[in-house]
Parts: sequence; C-alpha cells; structure tokens
Amino acid sequence: CDHNLDIEPKYDVVSANVYRDFANYKSILAKMYAGYAVTGQQGPAGRPDISGIDEGFSNYLRQYWQAQELSTDEAIIAWNDGNLRDLHDMDWTPANEFLRALYNRIFYQVSLTNEFIRETQDAQLSERGITGANLEEAKRFRAEARFLRALSYWHALDLYGNVPFVTENDRVGSFFPEQSTRAELFSYVESELLAIENELGQPGFEYGRADQAAAWTLLAKLYLNAEVYTGQGRYADAVAYSRKVIDAGRYQLEAEYSHLFLADNHTSSEIIFPITFDGMRTTTWGGMTYLVHAPVGGNMNAAAFGINGGWGGLRTTKNIVELFPSTNATPDERAMFHTNGQNLEIQDIFTFTDGYPITKYKNVNRAGVAGSDPSGNHPDTDFPMFRLADVYLMYAEAVLRGGGGSAADALDYVNQLRRRAYTDAAGNVRGNGGTISQGQLTLDFIINERGRELKWEGHRRTDLIRFNRFTSAAYVWPWKGAVPEGRGVEEFRRLYPIPSTDLTANPNLTQNPGYTR
Amino acid sequence: QGYPGPGPNLAVNHTSGQALTAKSLKDLLSELKDSHGIQFSYQANLADDLQLILPEPKNGVQNVDEYLGTTLASNNLAYKKVRGVYIISKARPAAATTTTVVAKPRAAVQQDVTVSGRVVDENGDTLPGVTVVLKGTTRGTSTNASGEFTLPVPASGGSLVFSFIGYTTQEIAINNQETVNVTMRPDAQALQEVVVVGYGTQRKTDISGAVTAISSEDFVQGQITTPEQLIQGKVAGVQITPNGGAPGSGSRIRIRGGGSLNASNDPLIVIDGVPLDNSGVSGSANPLNFLNPNDIETFNILKDASATAIYGSRASNGVIIITTKKGTVGQKLGVTFTTQHSLSRISDKVNVLSADEFRRVVNEQGTPSQIALLGNANTDWQDQIYQTAYTTDNNLSLDGSVGKLPYRVSLGYLNQDGVLRTGEFKRGSIGVNLNPRFLDDHLTVNLNYKGAITDSKFADEGAIGAAVAMDPTQPVMSGSDQFGGYFQWLDANGRYNPLATRNPVSMLEQRDDRGEVKRHIGNVQLDYKLHFLPDLRANLNLGFDRSNSNGTTFYPAAFAPEAPNNGRRTQYEQEKRNSLADFYLNYVKDLTGINSRVDATAGYSFQEFENESPQFIPTDADGTPLSDLEPGLPTNDFYRLRSYFGRLNYVFLDRYILTATVRRDGTSRFSDEVRWGTFPALALAWRINEEAFLRNSPAVSELKLRLGVGVTGQQDIGPFFPYLARYTISDNTAQYQFGNQFYNLLRPEGYDAGIKWEETTTYNAGLDFGFANNRVNGSLDYFFKDTRDLLALVSIPAGTNLVNELITNVGNLETRGLEAALNYVAISNDKVNWTIGLNGTYQNREITNLSKIEDPDFEGYPVGGIAGGVGNNIQIRTVGYAPDVFYVYKQVYDEQGNPIEGLYADLNGDGVISEADRYRYKKPEADFFYGINSQLTYGNWDFGMIMRGSIGNYMYNNVFSNTGAYRGFMFPGYLSNVSPNVLETNFMNYQLFSDYYMENASFLRMENVNFGYNVGRIFNEKANLRLNANIQNLFVITKYNGLDPEIASGIDNNFYPRPRVYTLGLTVNL
Repeated sequence: CDHNLDIEPKYDVVSANVYRDFANYKSILAKMYAGYAVTGQQGPAGRPDISGIDEGFSNYLRQYWQAQELSTDEAIIAWNDGNLRDLHDMDWTPANEFLRALYNRIFYQVSLTNEFIRETQDAQLSERGITGANLEEAKRFRAEARFLRALSYWHALDLYGNVPFVTENDRVGSFFPEQSTRAELFSYVESELLAIENELGQPGFEYGRADQAAAWTLLAKLYLNAEVYTGQGRYADAVAYSRKVIDAGRYQLEAEYSHLFLADNHTSSEIIFPITFDGMRTTTWGGMTYLVHAPVGGNMNAAAFGINGGWGGLRTTKNIVELFPSTNATPDERAMFHTNGQNLEIQDIFTFTDGYPITKYKNVNRAGVAGSDPSGNHPDTDFPMFRLADVYLMYAEAVLRGGGGSAADALDYVNQLRRRAYTDAAGNVRGNGGTISQGQLTLDFIINERGRELKWEGHRRTDLIRFNRFTSAAYVWPWKGAVPEGRGVEEFRRLYPIPSTDLTANPNLTQNPGYTR
Repeated sequence: QGYPGPGPNLAVNHTSGQALTAKSLKDLLSELKDSHGIQFSYQANLADDLQLILPEPKNGVQNVDEYLGTTLASNNLAYKKVRGVYIISKARPAAATTTTVVAKPRAAVQQDVTVSGRVVDENGDTLPGVTVVLKGTTRGTSTNASGEFTLPVPASGGSLVFSFIGYTTQEIAINNQETVNVTMRPDAQALQEVVVVGYGTQRKTDISGAVTAISSEDFVQGQITTPEQLIQGKVAGVQITPNGGAPGSGSRIRIRGGGSLNASNDPLIVIDGVPLDNSGVSGSANPLNFLNPNDIETFNILKDASATAIYGSRASNGVIIITTKKGTVGQKLGVTFTTQHSLSRISDKVNVLSADEFRRVVNEQGTPSQIALLGNANTDWQDQIYQTAYTTDNNLSLDGSVGKLPYRVSLGYLNQDGVLRTGEFKRGSIGVNLNPRFLDDHLTVNLNYKGAITDSKFADEGAIGAAVAMDPTQPVMSGSDQFGGYFQWLDANGRYNPLATRNPVSMLEQRDDRGEVKRHIGNVQLDYKLHFLPDLRANLNLGFDRSNSNGTTFYPAAFAPEAPNNGRRTQYEQEKRNSLADFYLNYVKDLTGINSRVDATAGYSFQEFENESPQFIPTDADGTPLSDLEPGLPTNDFYRLRSYFGRLNYVFLDRYILTATVRRDGTSRFSDEVRWGTFPALALAWRINEEAFLRNSPAVSELKLRLGVGVTGQQDIGPFFPYLARYTISDNTAQYQFGNQFYNLLRPEGYDAGIKWEETTTYNAGLDFGFANNRVNGSLDYFFKDTRDLLALVSIPAGTNLVNELITNVGNLETRGLEAALNYVAISNDKVNWTIGLNGTYQNREITNLSKIEDPDFEGYPVGGIAGGVGNNIQIRTVGYAPDVFYVYKQVYDEQGNPIEGLYADLNGDGVISEADRYRYKKPEADFFYGINSQLTYGNWDFGMIMRGSIGNYMYNNVFSNTGAYRGFMFPGYLSNVSPNVLETNFMNYQLFSDYYMENASFLRMENVNFGYNVGRIFNEKANLRLNANIQNLFVITKYNGLDPEIASGIDNNFYPRPRVYTLGLTVNL
C-alpha cells in the first residue's frame, strides 16, 4: 500500500488550487456574506467558524443585535445564560463571553475578507488566468469583500473603538497585530469605502449583494457618528451620502411598514442591504431564528409568527412603549406590542410577562402563510441591516446638526415615514395623520422617531450614544445600571471592553479606559 | 507481538528405560535451544552448576514439552511455558522443603503402598507435568499427559506436595487414601513471568519500566460487558471511570492522569498487535464494546516512558496491550460454556418533592395562575422511567489443537437491557485464533480474528433530567388522543409548549434510536526464525480494524416536539478502516562468556486510519424527505503514521539491566518540516536480590530498583490536516442567497503551519519487591511527567488566522504521582487460600503555562458547561492550578448556617460582588485513588471482592443548583418540580456559581462481591461444573448528596445512575 505521508484531504480543496477555478469564486464570496447570517459550514449548527461559545450564541447578527439592543431601553431578556444579564445591567466586564463572541465574529469577517482580497489582487488573477468577464466579476467581488471588511471594521470601531488592525498585507500566521485608534480606523474605513464606491454594482444589481447604495449608506453612518468617533463632526458628508442613496432612486419606501419584516421581505424595494435567511438553506440558531422566536412567549400564538413555539425571552421597556400615542396600531401602526397577559412594568427581568414583546419579526408572508421550514424552526425572513427609512432619518438628522442640505426635504422624508405609519393597508389615514411641522422636527424628535421607526433593527446603542443618552443619568430606563428604576452608568461604557482573551493573546493591545483587565 | 509460539509437537515417541546421563541444566537448555530454536528463561544461579540426570532420547528430542516435563520434574524443577518462552524454576515450594536441588540418582526406597491420582486445572482440564513430591523427601514424580500420577509412599503416610509453575502449590495429606485427585489453582503471579511489551515479549525479570500485567484469573468478575471493566480498581495508576450506567457504555480510562488538555488523554489500546484508533464509532456507546471480555487472556499496561516509548507518538497516555486467548499445541479439545444471568436495578433515586409536597410549596409560594396549573395526579416520574433490567451473557469456546494446528474459537451472545427503560445492548461475537507452525517450527503463524455485531437501542437520557423536573401532580397519560395520549404541557393557545419539561415517558417510548455496528479486527503475524541463525527472528504483522455502522432515530408524528413536521427520521452511516503493516527483526543471544544477555529489536511500522460518513436528509415519519436539498458531501478523515523503532535490552550478570528504546514517527497530520519526531527512552534496573548478600536470603525473594526516563509524543489532536491551508464546502443547509440563487459556502480553514508533536518527558523511579517467597510482593513507583509544546486550544490574536481559537503548541502541564501495589498471600494451604491485594495512587496535575505570552493576569479558559442557562461554565483552566478546577463564588452564611441568597464574599475587596470575586476551589480529579481486592478459596468454595474509591475529588451538584430554587417552578405556563434542597436554602433565584453546591465526592465503592462453587465432575465425570454468583455495586460510602459520587467531569447533571447488578452464572467444561 501507499506509505506516503504527503496526503491531501479527500473532499476539501487545497488553498493553492481553489483560486484557479473561477467557479469557486462566488462560493467564497457567499461565505463572506454568510458570515453575518450563519455560524458555520453546516446549518443550523455544526462545523462552526468560531469556537469557545455555544454555536447558536456565536452568530454575528445575534450578538451584534444584542450589543446594540440589550444594552438599551429597546430590549431586555429573560434568560439566565452566562453573563447575558450584564448587557442590560450595563456592568459587563472584559470577560463577557457574548461581547467576546461578537469581537471574534468581527475579526473572523476581517480575516475572511483579507484572505479573499489577498488572493484576488490583479497580479494573482492574471497569474491564474482569470480574464475577460470573469476578471471584471472578480474585481467586483473584491470590491464587495472590501465593503464587507469596512462594514465589520465599522462595527469594531463603533463598539470597541481601539482594536487590532490587520489587512490583506498580513498573511495568515502567528503575529501580533498593532492596535489602531478609533480615529485611525475611521479614516481607514472611510478611505476603503471611497476607494470602492465606483467598483461596486449599481444600486439593486443583485439582491443580497452590497451595491453602491450600501457603501453610501455606510459612509453616511460613518459621517453622522464622526463626532463620536473622532471628535470632528462630518455632517455635510452625512448629508451628501444620504442624498446619494436617495437620489439614486432605486430604493423606495415599502408601502406597508409591517411588510418589511416578513418572510417575503426580500421583495421589498426599501431594503438596501439585507442579511438573508432561508428556512431550509440558510439556517442557524442565531440570526432571524433568534429574532423571530425569542420575543414569543406568554399567551402569544406562535403559529401567527410562523414558528413552532416561542423562546420566551425578549421584551422592550416602557420607554419605547411610551414613544407611541397608544400601545396598539391605532394610530401609529409601528406600535407593535403584545400586551395581553403582559405587564408594562418590569418587576422581574427573568419573567417574560414583565415588559411588552415587540411583534415585528415574523416568519409568515404578506398573505399570512408560514415560511418554508416545515418544522417551524427557521424563518425565511431577511434582516434589514440598511433600509431607506434609516437613510431618510439620517439625512434629516444631519441637516438638523448643521450639515447643510434641505430642511424642507428633511421634513418631507420624516413625514413620508409618518404618513406610512398612520395609514392603513386600505389607504385610510388613522388619527390625525401623524405628520409634523418644520418646527416639530428637532433632534429630540429625531431620536424618538428613530426609536419608533427602527426599534429592534440594531441601531439603538449607537443612536443613544450620539444623543448622549446612553450612559447619562439624564435618560434612564428600567433596569439601566441594574436597578429597577434605572440610573446613570460610567461614561466609559460607551465603548465595550477589548475581550480579555485577546489582551492575553496579543501584547500590543491596551484595554479601553475604565475597564480593568 | 512476536513470540515464538508454543513448543514443538512432533510425533510422540517417548521412550523409557534408556540410559541415564549427567548433564548440566545450562548445557541441556542450550542444546534444546539450538536444535529447536526455543527460548528459555531461568535464573543464572539455578543453571550454572546444576547437574541433571536425564534419559538420553533415542532419536533426539522429539517432543520438547514432554521431554522437559519429565526431565525437569525428576530433578525437582518445573517449567511453565508462557507465549513460547520456557521458564525454568525450582518446583515450589517443594524445592524449599527439600533444601537441596542437587539431584541424585533415586535411591531405592522401601515401598509400602502406591498412591495414584489425577491432577486437573481450574477448568477441569488435565494438567501434565505437575510435580508430585512426598513432603520432606526427594521422592517424587510428575503427572503424565493425562494428568495422572502414581507414586509409591511409605505406609506411614505423609503429605503430597503438588506443584506446577503458574499454579499455587498444594499440600494434601495422604491419610491412607489410594487415590488423591487434585484441582490446581492458578497462581496470581503466573502469567507475569513473561510480559508482553510492544513488538515482542520480555521476561518479567528483565523489565525495567513500569508495567503491570493482569491476566484472566485476576479479572473482575460478574456481568462484565466491556473489556476495560475487567481491570477496574486492579491496577495502580490506572483510573477507570464509567461514563454511566447505560448498557454497553464506555469508561474514561486514565493512566497516570493523562498529559494533555485538548489532545486526547486516552491510552493507546493494542489488541493482538493491532493499535486501535481512539475515536468513537457511530452507533456505539463505546468503541471498545465490540470486544467480548471472555476472549481476553491478559492486559499489559505500560505506564512509563521506558515501557511506552516503543509506541512513540501515541504513548504519552500509556499503552494497554490486550492479548486474546489462544489454543496450545498438543491440547485436547476443550469446550467451555458459560452463561450468566443478571438483574440490574437502580440503587437510589434523586430526591424530589412528592406530589403532595409540591402542591404545598406551589400553594404557598406560587401565583394564582401557577396554582391553577397544578394537577391531581401523584406521579413518581422516576419510577416511570426506570426498570429492573435483565441481562444474559452466554459464551461458548472451543480450544485445542488439530495436529500441529492449535486453535481457539469462541462465540458470544450478550443481551443487556438498561435500567432506563427502552435502552438495550446486544452483541453477537465470534473469535478465532489459529497459531500453527511450519518449516520445522521455524515459521510461526498467528491468525487472530474478532468479529462482532452490536445492536444498540439508545434510551433518551434526557428523560433522567425530565423525570426529576417534571411536575409530579401531572399524569403520565392525559386521557386525550393528542400526542399519542401522553400528557404534555401546552401553551396558551393549546399547542405544545416547547419550552416546558417534556413528559419523560414519552421521551422514552416515542423515540426509537438504534445503532448497529459490524466490526472486525484481525491480523496475521508471521514469525520466522532464521534457519542459519535461530537467534534472529523476523516478524511480519499485517492487521486491519474495520467497522461499519448505521443507525436511525425515529420520532412518530404523535411525538409532540416533532408534530409540526409529521415526525422525524434521521439516519447515519459510518465506515472506519484501519490498516496496519509492521515488520521487525529480533535478536536474542546469551553471551555467556561475558555474563550478558542481549535482546535487540528493530522494526518498521505503517498504519493508516480512514473514517467516512455520508450525509442524509431527514424525513418525516412517513419517509417523505423534510427538504428537497441534496445531502452534503460525506465527511472523510484520514491520516497515516509511519514509524521506525528499535529496542535494546541488555542484561549483565542477571542483575544489571539496561533498556534503550527509540522510535521515529512520521505523521501526515503535520507539515514536512516538523513531520518527524524522535522519541527515545532509557531505563536501568538493578535486581538487588540477585546480589550475593541477598541471594540466599530467606526473607527477600525479589528486590528490583528501576529508573527510567523517556520522551513520548502525542499527535491525536482532533483535526486531520491542522497544518494545511485548505477550503471546505458547506452543507446545503448553510448556503447564501444572491438574487434568486443559493450558493454553497467555500470556507478557508484556520491552520497552524508549524503545528507539531506534543512531547512528554517522563521520569520514573520504581521498586519491585517480594518477601517470604513472594508471599508479600508489590511495587512502588514515583513518576513525574512534564508535557511541553502542549497542544491546547487557545485564543489567538484576533485577525491573524481564520479562526479565533486554534489548537497549537503552547503551554506546559506537569503531573507527578506516587503509586503503590501490594499483594499478600495470607493463607496458602491445601484447604484455604486467601490473597489480599491493595493498590493506591496519589497524583497531582498542574498547568504551568497556557499562552505564548506570559500573562499573570490572565484568568484562564472557562470549561465545564452546566445545566441552567446555555454557556454557563463552572470550571476553569488557569496557569498554576490543576486542569478544570472549579471556579465559584464563596457563599456567605447566616448565623444559623443557612446560605444567604446572592451574598458572596467580596474576595477582591473592591466593594462589589462581580465576576472578579470568583475563586478557584477544589477539582474534579481525586488526589488519591485506590483499590482493594481479596480472594478466598476454601475447598471447592471461593469468595472474592473488590472495593475501590478515591479521596479528594469534588463534585458540583448541578441537580441541586439547577432545581434548588423556587424560581424553578415559576416558568410561564408550566410547572417544574424542585429539589427538596430548596427547603434548606430557601433560594428564590438560581445561585448557579455558589460554592454551596460544591461537595466532597470522596467515596468507597463495593464494586464487586463474588461467590463461586466448583461442583466438580458431572455427566459421568465427563464435564466439570462451576457455579458463581455476584453482586456488583453493592454499596457506596460517601458524603456526597447526589446519586453517584463518581462522575469523571465533576459535574453531576442527571447522570445515568450505575445500577446494582445481581448475577448468577455457571461454567461447564468438557
């Protein structure tokens, strides 16, 4: 028999060969996108990308969502898992496993995209005989990889601030990356997005893929928060890039608000950049599986959500409920709360019936038919990471913050959202119609409107920080700072800590201020 | 192994009445060695000046066995043949009583009467060559091929002493009997005379490493389903912890604690020369349960590096060499049939609130809506899931030889039911061993084959926890047709509530989970003694180990959790192939001129392991696929090992021993640059009892000092291509959508291009001793193991690789320990034989490094997941501590000694209780573990017992912590039972990390009590009958409050309880 020890795996492809076949490229591209949706190479779990935590917990979207929502007035969770409770209590430490999982996911995406970008440099493509239309497509894939890397680096700078910095020039191996400052990373992400702006596909060129509008939206977000990130406001740029998305015209408001969050929301022309899911083919215990199941409990009817049962975890606080004129869809249909059998006040974090669940995400389509998974576990619903309504509100806010632009357009964009919320499917206007006047359009209105429009879409923490409401005692919510009535917490908690595991692994890193190792 | 096999068996041509000649023993053996190429072992002082009077055979020696038997016996010597080596020694203890071994021509003695008789072994088989001596005289004879003897004795009577190597000497008073029939009993030390080591055998006296041999007569008795149970509690330094009480389930085997963290800590197991792959077999609870314990002859356990280094990169955790039973040449057909029948039952249940107690607590503590959920039933859910289980184990073996072909064939059938209802393990097994010789006995062929079909039905062990948590006021059956009639908790809309505790009876009865494994292991070994140089043997060993598994898990549409998709059926298959080719040369030479003996071995080995499993799409209960996706690619793992090895054993003056071993291993798991590792070992031994000042000591029969040092490696790290940059394709359930099309995902895998061997340096100092003619014997060993380049899963700097954690060579682990074994023959006479064995091991492991960069602030890696929230860990791996110490809060108690809920000691003194106040407290590993065994024989009766236990191991009582809070029944929409422990703590909320739940789990277990009675000859003297009765797990003495203090992980979370087993059996020998 063959006694040779130089053997290769039977079904895997050795890296040296994988880029010789252009047919492989789109599957590698798919992996980079799927990094936000699934947890490994087998759905819903198995062959995970990252380890050290329950695989379902390790999901990028699930942890990004929790970091942005559980730490705010928008969400509270009834589960006793590890240090999960610390997120809402705002007393997390560098050992928090959920913050570590998110950090690891972010850098997993950075590593994946670096690998692809490194292997698809012009010289490599030419050496491997990728030419013609394939070459053009490969270059677009590379631009999308750079977009995805910028997206994750944006998450990193927004959540953790000062993080290790690696690019395609750092080969896979054993080394200690340098720590970049938040401002340095801001400049890098900005430069990357500006560099690929014209290499990406036209807005809407293929569903699920990052197009120019996605890059502009991300630039607008970067600029809107630039003052937080760098101390320097960039509101004019925020206005400019929001405008580009709107003016491209490809993305339009969905007529019916609730349709944005259903199993067939891939048909919506409002969603600029989704994370896609499918009940059979894109399955995970995180992502939308979590977002549809976790807020269902008490006497809620799981069948109405297209699932086999609720997980009895997520609710919102009264701060969000009180943003609305009433607790039901009349007059503002965005008041999607389940109130029957629930208490508005949260006496006990671990009791699902304390606090109102938000009934936004469902695994049924517009006709009320459940999604494709017969077991009722995994939804078809996609997550709207960027959508036009957010861009409208960013435009309005940037204008209000002195970024120039048109005040009239700002008001119009906000009122378009208001009109949609106050109009039923038959076209009847509810209540007083909801539209506001120029005088009513203030920054305070904007943060509240963002709460009404975008609650549970993963924006809240960033928004509260920008409005200086995240840590301050001036704005509190139930159980903020681990007390029932809420209290202010230390300002350093605007940044999450660098996980202690990475501080040990990488001597170049310094912990964010305020945290002990 | 390459031993020469049984002695030659040429046509019997024994003649009598020849002329007697005088010759020295040494010369005789030397001649026989040259003419027949066989190996002898004897003490130098025995052979040097001993003159034998022996008959000169007419046509040369035709049958060595018979010739030696008669020749030696008449000179008050005996031999025992162990794996082809003839061990010559004084017939014991007759030799001692005759004081001189110088044989004289037998003087005519006054003969008054003749005594005759027949000697048989413990199985009723005749024993030829047994020395029969009239006590106090040199008058004696030996038994013939039929085990019969005739001896003239004085009319005044006296006693006959029967002795035979490997058996306990018996003294029987004649008392005017004409017939004295004797059953010889095996001597516990018998098979230790020659020890099977890797690639060959060594005389026990020449061993310089830490090696323990346990042969079949010392095996644990009772209902033994899997091989490792045979030696549980018997061997110092070896800890065998059952994984639970499920039928056919395995054990965690640790030899000296295991030297790794993330790489395997399992010892290498070698069956008849075929090293096994350690990984699990699909469809089987235990990869060893295919081997019928009845087919096993010996276990040889190699513990230190000097013994294991011959296995190089797989040797760090010790080696267990299993040798199966074989036929012997010249043996008549022997038929042995054993049948055992057992009843198993749990010895205790988890303490939970009864229905009435639960009603009272809910009525007192619950809300109106919770009180409304209470039912009227009184259900003891644990009674509903456990049963008294029946096991039958039947074995038939035939051994003997057809002409020159010794054989053994065995058939086994086991059917074992679990105490957890619906669980079952069945095994049909066959074993065949053939070991013929050819070419004037120069070529020995060993053919070994073991085949088994195991059929497992796995009970859902989740039912154990569900039975503890299920509301006792609810009935088993709801009275409606929904969900097959089983009560299940419903949500507010009348649908099954997936968050609630499932009805444990439905979990058992509505799941059908079966696995079938067909496994074959076999090898052919050709051992050739060179015609021109019989000292040199060439040994070729070709082996295979193959298993084919398949299994299904089926839930009917009525099973509540699977109702939405009309039931579910999942399926799996696996094929494992392990191929082996070994070749070695062995040269053994007595260099009498320089008082030396040399035993040198050099060889080559190649082994390949492959494992492939296809994937399947689940279907509903009717067989309709639950998805239209294609199944993904099969998983395929394979690796190869190529090795060169050598060993030199040099003995000077029969008392100074040097063993040098080296192995060079190459593995396909590592890259070119680091693929090869060299693993050397060196050991010295000094047989002090052979020194002049002790040689004639009546007190000291053995005293040997052993010192050894060596390096071994570890490559069994999980991944198969950890060094290789590669891309893998995803399954169809992990795709991503672009436009309207879904794409499978190509993932670049993380890798460590420089990953290499883990290396363990082991130092061992040991002392073997035997006093009063070995009536007291034992050994004492100190060991220190230092593992470097520890393969550990550690966090790597973010962004530097394609994973967040990587198995890489980082860190050190130190293990030190002291192990002792002591055997004592308390009584040994013709009526009573009583032996006592003790063994104990102290050991301590400590992590001394765990990161590439030293970081004293680093807390460590949390491990040890517990029930009560996903992702909660109770243990940690920290530098400076034992692996997996518990990491808990220090509970604060009130004046009455009751724990105060949520109040913990502020250990870091920062004024708040946070994660930083957790401390490292105790560990799951025992500081000390021990075994006590005793065997008493009285006439035809025998009695034995084994106790074992440990000291210093702690348990986290997860049953208490996860059910010991009033919160436990306050879930929305359903009730859940709580532990009565809550009445002591009054905890409202879970306090999962309190050290209140840490308990001392030191224990003493009465593992086995056995009784046996030899009925004797039955069926007109044609057969021998023995009856036996056993009780296993009779009692456990412990302070631990849970069901079982012996759980390897140290976390008690609804452990499958080990049952108490009552067994009756009989053995018939024909």
